[in-house]
Amino acid sequence: MQLTVSKVGKTYDAQSVLSGISFEAADEERVLLLGPSGSGKSTLLNIICGLQSADSGWVSIGSEAISPSNGDVIRKRNMGIIFQTLRLVSALSVKANLALAQKLQNGSTDPAMIDQTLERLGIANRAKARPFELSQGEAQRAAIARALVVRPKILIADEPTSALDHANTQTVAELLLEAANDAGATLLVATHDDRLKAHFERTLTLSDGRLES
Amino acid sequence: MIGLAIAYLRDRPLTTALNVLLLAISVAMLVLLLQFGNQARDRFERDMRGIDLVVGSKGSPLQLILSSVFHVDQPTGNIPLSSLQLLRRDPAVKRTVPLALGDSFDGYRIVGTDSSFADLYKTKVASGRSFAAPMEAVLGAKAASETGADLGQEFIGNHGFSEDENGNQSHDHAPFKTVGILEATGTVVDRLILTSYESVWDVHGIAHADEVEGGNQDHGDNAHGQRHRTHSTATLHPPPDMRSPAILQANGTELEPELTALLVTYRNVSGAIRVPSMVNRQTEMQSAVPATETARLLALLGASIDGIRIFAWLLALTGGLAIFVALLNMARSREGDLALLRVMGASRSQVFLTIILEGLITAIMGAVVGWITAHSLISIARSNFPTLADLGLTPWQAAPAEAGLIAAVLAIGAFAALIPALRIYRIDPARTLARG
Ligand SMILES: Nc1ncnc2c1ncn2[C@@H]1O[C@H](COP(=O)(O)OP(=O)(O)OP(=O)(O)O)[C@@H](O)[C@H]1O
Ligand SMILES: [Mg+2]
Repeated sequence: MQLTVSKVGKTYDAQSVLSGISFEAADEERVLLLGPSGSGKSTLLNIICGLQSADSGWVSIGSEAISPSNGDVIRKRNMGIIFQTLRLVSALSVKANLALAQKLQNGSTDPAMIDQTLERLGIANRAKARPFELSQGEAQRAAIARALVVRPKILIADEPTSALDHANTQTVAELLLEAANDAGATLLVATHDDRLKAHFERTLTLSDGRLES
Repeated sequence: MIGLAIAYLRDRPLTTALNVLLLAISVAMLVLLLQFGNQARDRFERDMRGIDLVVGSKGSPLQLILSSVFHVDQPTGNIPLSSLQLLRRDPAVKRTVPLALGDSFDGYRIVGTDSSFADLYKTKVASGRSFAAPMEAVLGAKAASETGADLGQEFIGNHGFSEDENGNQSHDHAPFKTVGILEATGTVVDRLILTSYESVWDVHGIAHADEVEGGNQDHGDNAHGQRHRTHSTATLHPPPDMRSPAILQANGTELEPELTALLVTYRNVSGAIRVPSMVNRQTEMQSAVPATETARLLALLGASIDGIRIFAWLLALTGGLAIFVALLNMARSREGDLALLRVMGASRSQVFLTIILEGLITAIMGAVVGWITAHSLISIARSNFPTLADLGLTPWQAAPAEAGLIAAVLAIGAFAALIPALRIYRIDPARTLARG
């Protein structure tokens, strides 16, 4: 699904965090959003996901403009999102988290797909574990699994590899690309880690709230 | 969402258990009060139906009513047999039922009376026939099933009312014979053993050849009467608190046929005006109105019941407050979770509902546990204290008001969850997620 960001600007307390951000990601395109800490990556992703409103400009998912008022519906229908910090619902096991994600999306669960996804991410043995019992890397992979089981048309990940060592970082990057491939999803990954650059066909660099060309 | 709410509750088992417990205790108390109040009142009303006035010897009017209408207390004393004729002659009186009390069998009270008793309580014989000759007995449904007495079976009455009190002696010289068993009526009659009042005299060896219409047999066995008298009144039976059967409180040495009480039904309203004053003025007896005494008793009980009820409701509110505090604490620590839920596609109202459900489920568990506890307690209490069964407490019968009670407790649970839920409802998932 196509993602369009047009002249998005955001200001916090008179301090501009984003300004004039415009780019497009075509259907099934893989885009890396690279930028140092504090450059506004999370803010931009939140706006794209319809969790935050932009002060200026607009974002559209497919042909629909997204904003906090219709974000619920659009996210549910089209998007798989992996957050920087919050990964799983704490009261539920990994498996129950994935089931809940599916349930919230379309009202039913697909246990076979859940098992298969966990298997592919190498955490099938942790399916029954609760989030606090997981290591950082396992939790990160569980969060990716959670985003994948809903068969998203756009997969968005904020620092998906921040908690991982080098080997795991490579694996997770591969997994994301593979999953996006399988699902036919557009992939947008935000990171400060330029080692991921090698995996992506296109990289956008964000610094001080502006895209470098 | 229910699954999620349950998962959250299971995530903090101690808090949940505590909240459930608080609500359960209050529900149990309220149900018990309700059951006790309702069933006692119901039972009172059924037992005193048709009885406008009770005439007995002077003493506490409440005691007179309790002993002769509800058959729970000791009788106040005795009254002369002539009083029966006195009242039956009165044109304002429709029916007078004589009662001669004092003995029991296996804890079931033996009531000496006549055919007017069946008239008053509308009893029907389920098997056998009504008592006719002296020493014939008809058992109430419950008395029959509990003692296992069959038609034709003989049994011996005990002096006094309790099953196993020391100093009671059997009237083993005079066995009763079961001739009939009554249909269950749902009144005190179920727990009574009915016989003619002459039989009660016989048991106590009182000569009464021809005093009453239908006093047909010759029982003037003096030797027997003498023997009974010496061994029961003088030697073996002195406890002062334990009132002797009316019949034994004879003046001098001669035992005279007497009754314990009369249950009076008026023919018309003039009875209510005339009969009580006539009894109180012209005789040594007292009259008591069951409705008045029962109302007084219930008012007395009512005051303490109200106190307990207020306490129970306060407890329920405390339970609600505990749920509120628990959820409010949770709401803070769970903001991240709920933000994530929102991002996963849960709507605001779904997240809101999750919290409300948590309160509601806690309340439901409390209500269910409390209800079951209350009713189990009733059934345990019933099997240990037959007096409660006398009062008509039946264990697994839900009163309609219980539905209201449970609805109120559920409302408390939902209401307690409202503010935490609103707080969660208002959180901005982006801000929470950005904060990390
Ligand atoms: N809710 C907020 N209120 C005020 N300022 C904010 C808020 N959220 C973010 N900021 C600021 O906006 C800037 C961009 O933050 P953002 O989280 O988007 O950066 P980031 O590129 O994701 O950084 P990191 O790599 O550390 O996650 C930062 O300077 C941050 O302090
Ligand atoms: Mg960030």
